[in-house]
Amino acid sequence: MAHAETHDPNTPLEYRSEIGRLNILGFWIFLGAEIALFSTLFATYMVLTHRIADGPALGELFEVKSLLIQTFLLLTSSFTCGLAVHEMRRHNVKGLITWMVVTLGLGLGFLYFEIQEFLHFIHEGANIGTSAAWSGFFILVGTHGAHVTFGIFWVTMVLIQVAKRGLTPATSAKVFITSLYWHFLDVVWIFIFTAVYLMGMVMHHG
Amino acid sequence: MKWDEFFVTGDPMIYGADVSIVLTMVGILFYLTKYKKWKWLWDEWLTTVDHKKLGIMYIVSAVLMLFRGGVDALLMRTQLAVPEAKFLDSQHYNEIFTTHGTIMIIFMAMPFLIGLINVVVPLQIGARDVAYPYLNAVSFWTFFIGAMLFNISFVIGGSPSAGWTSYMPLASNELSPGPGQNYYLLGLQIAGIGTLLTGINFLVTILKMRAPGMTLFRMPMFTWSSLVTMVIIIFAFPILTVALALMTFDRLFGSHFFTLQGAGMDMLWANLFWLWGHPEVYIVILPAFGMFSEIISTFSRKTLFGYKAMIWSMLLIAGYSFLVWVHHFFTMGSGALVNSVFSITTMAIGIPTGVKIFNWLFTMYRGKIQFTTPMLWSLGFIVNFVIGGVTGVMLAMAAADYQYHNTYFLVSHFHYVLIAGTVFACFAGLIYWYPKMFGYKLNERIGKWVFWIFTIGFNVCFFPQYFLGLDGMPRRVYTYSEESGWGPLNMVSTIGGFMMGIAFLVLVYNMYYSFRFAKRETTGDAWDGRTLEWSTPTAMPPFYNFAKIPEVTGLDHFWRQKQAGKVEKLTANELKPIHMPSNSGVPFIMASFFFVAGFGMVFDWMWMAIIGLVGVFGTLIYRSFEYDDGYYVSVEEIIETEKISK
Amino acid sequence: MANKTAANEHHGFPWKHLIGFVLSIVLTLFALWIALGTDLSLTWILIIIFGFAFLQAALQLLMFMHVTENSTKSNLTSRVQIGNILFAAFVAIVIVIGSVWVMAAGHAKHDKHNHAPKTENHENHGSHGGGSEHDSGEHGSHE
Repeated sequence: MAHAETHDPNTPLEYRSEIGRLNILGFWIFLGAEIALFSTLFATYMVLTHRIADGPALGELFEVKSLLIQTFLLLTSSFTCGLAVHEMRRHNVKGLITWMVVTLGLGLGFLYFEIQEFLHFIHEGANIGTSAAWSGFFILVGTHGAHVTFGIFWVTMVLIQVAKRGLTPATSAKVFITSLYWHFLDVVWIFIFTAVYLMGMVMHHG
Repeated sequence: MKWDEFFVTGDPMIYGADVSIVLTMVGILFYLTKYKKWKWLWDEWLTTVDHKKLGIMYIVSAVLMLFRGGVDALLMRTQLAVPEAKFLDSQHYNEIFTTHGTIMIIFMAMPFLIGLINVVVPLQIGARDVAYPYLNAVSFWTFFIGAMLFNISFVIGGSPSAGWTSYMPLASNELSPGPGQNYYLLGLQIAGIGTLLTGINFLVTILKMRAPGMTLFRMPMFTWSSLVTMVIIIFAFPILTVALALMTFDRLFGSHFFTLQGAGMDMLWANLFWLWGHPEVYIVILPAFGMFSEIISTFSRKTLFGYKAMIWSMLLIAGYSFLVWVHHFFTMGSGALVNSVFSITTMAIGIPTGVKIFNWLFTMYRGKIQFTTPMLWSLGFIVNFVIGGVTGVMLAMAAADYQYHNTYFLVSHFHYVLIAGTVFACFAGLIYWYPKMFGYKLNERIGKWVFWIFTIGFNVCFFPQYFLGLDGMPRRVYTYSEESGWGPLNMVSTIGGFMMGIAFLVLVYNMYYSFRFAKRETTGDAWDGRTLEWSTPTAMPPFYNFAKIPEVTGLDHFWRQKQAGKVEKLTANELKPIHMPSNSGVPFIMASFFFVAGFGMVFDWMWMAIIGLVGVFGTLIYRSFEYDDGYYVSVEEIIETEKISK
Repeated sequence: MANKTAANEHHGFPWKHLIGFVLSIVLTLFALWIALGTDLSLTWILIIIFGFAFLQAALQLLMFMHVTENSTKSNLTSRVQIGNILFAAFVAIVIVIGSVWVMAAGHAKHDKHNHAPKTENHENHGSHGGGSEHDSGEHGSHE
């Protein structure tokens, strides 16, 4: 850690400090653990998906419109988040913050529609205690939603630090890590889109 | 809730425990205050981020938990010594086997190994600290708080009683009402966070913090085994996290994952539990393999035989360990195909393990063997572990397993693997690296007594249990009838159990005796070692480990240097200031908030849980905004510490 | 590919991101159409939409997350990052397919709750059991 390092001037800021490099690699490893975590939730959901007891079937309540809105909000937010990091690598603080704020807005929009959808399901008589299948649904999709919520707070705090301190090796590593987290949530959503919603609707409607 | 529901009442043994806990607490507080040790405790231990101190705290906690789990075991053995004994009632017995199993695996074996990994691995790879020293402190304190939360169940609210596997529906609200089972869920959940963070921390440490020249295939075997263990931790512990969370939701928030109502699926719990549980077995055995490799190589005075075969077999085990979990519930009845597949994977995983046994034997072949206590434990391991391994292959045959399942045959099998593997390794590793941690060796003569009493006691205790199992004695029964004919072997087993207890006391006495009388080490190389941890000039490395980072040229670098007579002497002019991380009290405070949150959840007091969680997030935010770049140790201070003459 | 350092490609127009974004939208809509707009058998639908999901995950990793990028001159980090994701994928597949297989093959069979959703398409569900990874050849052997 002690020795002064020489850098290719093209090396992105977030890789310039030893701590930044270690933290980014460590976060990648953490994402591996997150994959195992979500896989377990997916496994639970898939095992329980037909066990509906006296409640409604899952596919019965899913709606394409709400699903597409949520999906596009999150896909777009992943894109804008990528643009933010692109701007960061051009040392454009303003571009970084602008795109990140857009990302947060899209994330909030996603959450709004997800909560609406949950409320709709609850109104239709499906909550976490209705049946094993719905328990599996709410815990899987809810865990993803909780991750998004956490991500919104996290990104906000990192942006405050960027605004206060400017782009340094430390702050840019933080931005990069939050961006990995955000993209990862999009990856998880793709699988929720496929395994929960599409599969649920296919099974229901044929 | 009335106070007599809050505190556990009614049993004189519990009151005795209450009194001794209160007296111990008062005694500690009195000592700390009288000798003005509070500041010392805070500065040196509670806020430390030094991997060696954290490692020592892990080991001290593990030894305490070994005592607790051991007392549980002896209570069980006392109850089972004779037929129809009235020493414990069934509920009390259930609680004790539950806490025994949980504590021994989660709060004894894991922290003991992680403690040794903490102390040794950064030294072995020539690093000054781990990749994330702050996170390392968070790991320790969440483990510690999780362990404490689990342990207070004993006097507050009542212990869990559904077994360490906590199968549903037995662990449900209907069949296990009250806070006991919640303690299990929350205690393991909080400790599990720490374990996962340790996994990430040490994986990155080993990959990125190695001294120059130490390529992956020049790493000591203990470091390699730690690396593989960390990989398994990273991918297995999230499964436990989810399983525990789902059961917590079932118990507290009315979901139906594993319940009988709402079309829940009780065996899904077993499936998820063992998806984690089987990799967990390898988490507690691979570091043990690593330690034995170091010890056998050192005391045979030979390079480890089949170094690469050893590594590849461990990597294979890491992959295989995720493919065998169903053998824990063959009797669920998944049909012939599923059971056959998992039978075969289970037998296959024995192969890389067998490779290792031969590697150790060939390392000793034609070596100059020194029978020190760590070496005795290693030899004892090979003999006893093979007995456990062979019975394991018997259990792997699904059809035969229908006979062995849930009998003492199984109990004996996993004690032969876990005690002869993990516990022997913990003792061997503790004795081997004791001079690194405390600057003197444990007494060898007393140590040999400990080894023989423990190993004989272990066999006397567990060997008869194979026959009890074959004779049909089920596990987890609190008593049995006279007519069953199981009385005599149980009595023998109990005698063996108490021998192990005596050996533990002699070990503790040895720590005291050696603290008083052992000769202090004058060099860092207490055993004529081979790897970098022995290359520090002082017996206990300074907080920055290495004044100058070593440059490695091959496997067993330090040994080769010694053989060539080229051990470098440090000179003042090659020193540079050393960057070190600052201490922090935040991990301890964060873990305390976890305790508040966990305790609130245990009693379903959501206001308290929310306060705790807000506190946890508060500490996270505080840390995020804290920009502490650590500090530099000046060259003058290094010269002072290393006693280099100018 | 795996050997490139992060130094490249962060000037100019973010083509990589744009292509990734467009592809992800196309894949999403296409998966939706396959699932709800075609008459393919359930097995094929599942194979195709999960194939798309993995493809899209790979897109995110490569186009947005720079998984192959190295933080230093040595290529250790990119190898660790890729190895980590591949092992995670292995564990994920074991957890999901393993659990579904094990729980469906034996336990659920003698368990009254495991009926198909209360809809008219029983046949369709049956083909699901037979065609995908839940090996139906095993059904007879247990009873």
